[in-house]
Amino acid sequence: MDPLIHVQDLVKVYHLGEIEVAALQGISLSIGKGEFVAIMGASGSGKSTFMNILGFLDQPTSGTYLLEGINGKDLSKDKLAEIRNQKIGFVFQGFNLLSRTSAVENVELPLIYAKIPTHERKKEALKALSQVGLEQRGHHRSGQLSGGEQQRVAVARALVNHPSILLADEPTGNLDSKTSVEIMGIFQRLNEEMGITIIMITHEPDIASFTKRNILFRDGRIMDDRKVTPKGLS
Amino acid sequence: MDGSWMTGRSPQKGSHREEEPPMTTFFACLRIALRALMVNKMRSALTMLGIIIGVGAVVAMIAVGTGAKNRIAEQIANMGSNLIIVLSGSSTSGGLRFGSGTVPTLTVEDAEAISTEIPVVKYVAPNIQGVAQVVYGNQNWSTVVQGTTPEILEIRGWPLASGRSFTQQDVDGAVKVCLLGGTVAENLFGGIDPVGQIVRIKNVPFTVVGVLASKGQSTWGQDQDDLIIAPLSTAQKRLFGTQLPGMVRSITVQAKEAGVMQEAENQITELLRQRHRIGEGQESDFTVRNLTEVMSSAQESADVMSLLLGTIASISLIVGGIGIMNIMLVSVTERTREIGIRIAVGAKSRDILLQFVIESLVLSLIGGIIGIGIGIAGTLILSSFTEWPTLFSIRAIILAFLFAGSVGVFFGFYPARKASLLNPIEALRYE
Repeated sequence: MDPLIHVQDLVKVYHLGEIEVAALQGISLSIGKGEFVAIMGASGSGKSTFMNILGFLDQPTSGTYLLEGINGKDLSKDKLAEIRNQKIGFVFQGFNLLSRTSAVENVELPLIYAKIPTHERKKEALKALSQVGLEQRGHHRSGQLSGGEQQRVAVARALVNHPSILLADEPTGNLDSKTSVEIMGIFQRLNEEMGITIIMITHEPDIASFTKRNILFRDGRIMDDRKVTPKGLS
Repeated sequence: MDGSWMTGRSPQKGSHREEEPPMTTFFACLRIALRALMVNKMRSALTMLGIIIGVGAVVAMIAVGTGAKNRIAEQIANMGSNLIIVLSGSSTSGGLRFGSGTVPTLTVEDAEAISTEIPVVKYVAPNIQGVAQVVYGNQNWSTVVQGTTPEILEIRGWPLASGRSFTQQDVDGAVKVCLLGGTVAENLFGGIDPVGQIVRIKNVPFTVVGVLASKGQSTWGQDQDDLIIAPLSTAQKRLFGTQLPGMVRSITVQAKEAGVMQEAENQITELLRQRHRIGEGQESDFTVRNLTEVMSSAQESADVMSLLLGTIASISLIVGGIGIMNIMLVSVTERTREIGIRIAVGAKSRDILLQFVIESLVLSLIGGIIGIGIGIAGTLILSSFTEWPTLFSIRAIILAFLFAGSVGVFFGFYPARKASLLNPIEALRYE
């Protein structure tokens, strides 16, 4: 079976005025369906750049990246937006919810751009919220929710469009350790029970230990890539 | 909005990713825009204020301008169309020059000559006039008495409110009959019907045969109904004419149509110069005036005025638009992260563009509606205090509204475009 994600010799060079900064210097890897991957590394190791490319938010300087066989290289901005909308769910460190908007409406957001009719949107959004255990809090404004709840809303938003992959950039970075474990529990459950492919950036080995595969980045290269046995919830 | 507007659609089976009519995106954008505007109520209201004042000013100014134009048009219709007035006077006697109308130089024969010899002329009415005391019973009133021929009523398009006009026979026989203007009838008779009654003008008894319909004020604010019309001959012989028999003060001429006004004017001048034996290079002892021209220039200046008022008001509307642009730019910067999120989850440039253009459009249209209300209210207040004639035209109001909308789109477009071109990675990082 073809891997879900196929990356070959991926290079990304930033031009900061005269200086060239090579953020990625030849990354090659494959990620299969149903994997739960943690990408680790110090800041500046290129893991965020890699994540942006995986999420079709950025284009590599050279090399190939295929998601389900789709190469984003020559696609228009709008086409990329469509792929993000339909195949990728994002969870950010800072939650990135619309603060004066209710949880349901936040979750609905990708469906609006997928042009789903209003009543179906509501139904799907509530379903996604129930998957993260927040169906009761749907009508609260996101600003009134706790950090952990906000991140769960963000996860629901990432799930609502049934994406191929869920990309999480330091999802526990703004949370205390207890809430972090809660979020990781949700990720594990989504991965185990629903078979959702999750790729997560973290710099905390503790958090990475909840995943099934750890990839270590340093200076734009993969230093280590190994399967691990995920830590169960205590 | 709960989607019930789409109930006519058959329920979708299978994939929910099927394309939906683009209207849903529009309504979704509209809802997002309304939400964003509600969040910043104070700011939205202040932004709208510019448009409100602009549209209000446009509506009020156009109402004032249209009112003025309308009144002038009414007065032109009242005065009668295609009018030429020949005034006597402007003579030179012993080195002294007199102004028009001071010395009677025109005669009844001149009027007859104009009528018979110039084919483009339709009606001719020679006039003399003077102020006289009119008495009925114990009431008296001082008014203008105009001696003329029955044609004057045709020329001025003046209907009778009651009774009949006097006839050519009355003129020929110098019969002592007269027509009363509305103001005179009101002042002498109050509620009684004056027709058939006898009034004394300068102590001469005249039978009232008719009352003129009311015409109201002239362009110059004169009461046009404050007069008495009597047969020319009667007025000459019984009232004013004793010192210079056969002389008239002015001749009112109506040309057959607007196109021959100039021709009629030239021919009258030529004919009268001949009849008065005025040599080449000598000054005429009469003046020919094209009244329609005078009036249409008055109308032109009213047009220019309303254009000017409308333009000034439109400028304030454009300034309001700049206010919208300003606030939208601030709003786009403030909401950079929100825009980043939307782009990340799949909003296309077009979606973001639409969202912000709609926001600006909603601002300007709501401002436009309030502005129309305020413009109408302001105009009504203004006209009740100043008695200026004002007239609302639906067309102008719709135009002002559409103008406000296009100002919104025009000035909202640049900020919206800026938003739609944001880089999502940078936008998501924006604090």
